[in-house]
Order: sequence, then C-alpha cells, then structure tokens
Amino acid sequence: MKEFDYIEIRVPAKPQFVSVIRLTVSGLASRVGFNYDDIEDLKIAASEAVTNVVHHAYKDEEEGEIVIGCALYENKLEMMIADYGNSFNFEEIKSKVGPYHPEEGIAGLREGGLGLYLMETLMDEVMINNDGGVTVFMTKYVAREQVEKNVERITT
Amino acid sequence: MDMSIHFKELDNKLYGFIEGEIDTYTASRLREELEAVKITEGLEIVLNLSQVNYMDSTGLGIFVAFYKRTLREYGKVKLVGLSNRLQRLFEITGLSDLMDIETDKKVELRK
Repeated sequence: MKEFDYIEIRVPAKPQFVSVIRLTVSGLASRVGFNYDDIEDLKIAASEAVTNVVHHAYKDEEEGEIVIGCALYENKLEMMIADYGNSFNFEEIKSKVGPYHPEEGIAGLREGGLGLYLMETLMDEVMINNDGGVTVFMTKYVAREQVEKNVERITT
Repeated sequence: MDMSIHFKELDNKLYGFIEGEIDTYTASRLREELEAVKITEGLEIVLNLSQVNYMDSTGLGIFVAFYKRTLREYGKVKLVGLSNRLQRLFEITGLSDLMDIETDKKVELRK
C-alpha cells in the first residue's frame, strides 16, 4: 500500500473559492484524525496561503488558477499551494512579518502581513519555493498522544 | 457561508453584531460597513464577535484598521464575545495586548 493518499484540487484564483478550499481541507484533516483545534489551525493556514495567491499572484486581467495538493499520511498532513503567477521574495517578506509588539504602539500597527506569520505559527513546517511561481509547502503532525491512542485502538 | 453585521444604538453606545465567516471573500463588505460608521468624540463602540465562526488574518487586519481609526477620531472600541479560537488568534499575533478584547464569558449585551 502507498504511504499516503494524494488529493489535488484546482480552482480559479478568486476570493469566493477560499472557503471551498477551507472546507475541503477541514474534511481531509478529520480523515487523518486531527483534533478540533488542529483542524481549525489547518483551515486558517490553508486560507492564508490561498488568499495570498488570490491577491498577489495574478494581475487583474489574468484568469489565474490555484492548485492545492494534499498528502494524507497516517500521522501528518502535507499541503502544497501553488500558483503560476508572480513570485515574491520570501526572505524579504519574512523579515517584515511577525506578531505585534506593545512597544510599537497602536498607531504603528501593521494591517497586513500577518498571513505568513500565522502559517508559520499554526503549522509545524512551512517552506516556500520561489522558482517561477510560488509554491507554499506546509506540514502538520497529529499530536503525539492522539497517535498513541489511535495505535492502541488498532491493536486492541 | 456568509457574513452579516448589524448595528444598534443604546445609551450612547454603538453595538455591532457580526455573524458568520470573515475571510477574503466577506472582508470587503465588513470593511465597508465599518468604514461607514460615523465616529464622534467619546463614542463607545462594542463589537460582538460571539457568532463569528471563522476568521483569519484578513479579519484581524480589518479590526486593526477600525481600531486605529476609532482611536484617531477620539472614540473607543471594544471587541467582545470572542470564542477561544478567536481569542487565540488575537493572542498569537500580539493584538490582545494592544486592543480591548473580552472573551465570551463576559459578554456585555446579548442580542
């Protein structure tokens, strides 16, 4: 048997499809056995990556697409979100994102740039490939005690 | 899967109730509705988020923008009724230290 099941979805890069991706990811995550909080984390991380493509990858006149690939393992979910549009400089963007700090004061609050920070915080691994288009690759593991519980259930 | 917001004025306070999912699709309407709020000096605004069942960085950005404008125009804004999920989102981004936020245990006014 193969080590994982692979599901790929392709949608137009339009805002109205972000919630569709979110629902799909939620369904796949529950198949893997994630708990409620982890599923919510995965929904946010997927939405952030897809939202990023919707806003930045294609110019207005272009009809772009987003490809979302999910690999379901016994103990983890891998998500790949890819576009064929403009790439961005990951390191440069990364240096500008992050949580707010009280010392910055309310006037200095940044209104955007939290998406990448949330992806990194909510997932266990995030990698971004900048070759041509942008591919975001994220992994989340099922919490350890849950895996053990599942193993027990199978063996007894 | 949608979002709605409605306002009610009571005792010189403006109460806003938000329901549904806040993402990049529903964001523009929420942003417009909040931008249309006329802020007068000393106005207290209470936004009830207890019926918001999904939100990501798009929503955080909208509330930050509204928070900044309200302060700039000498009003006050408070977010109330946050679920544990929403509360966590404000915490991990550091926003809960800056903004006035209450969890669902202390909701001031229900619908």
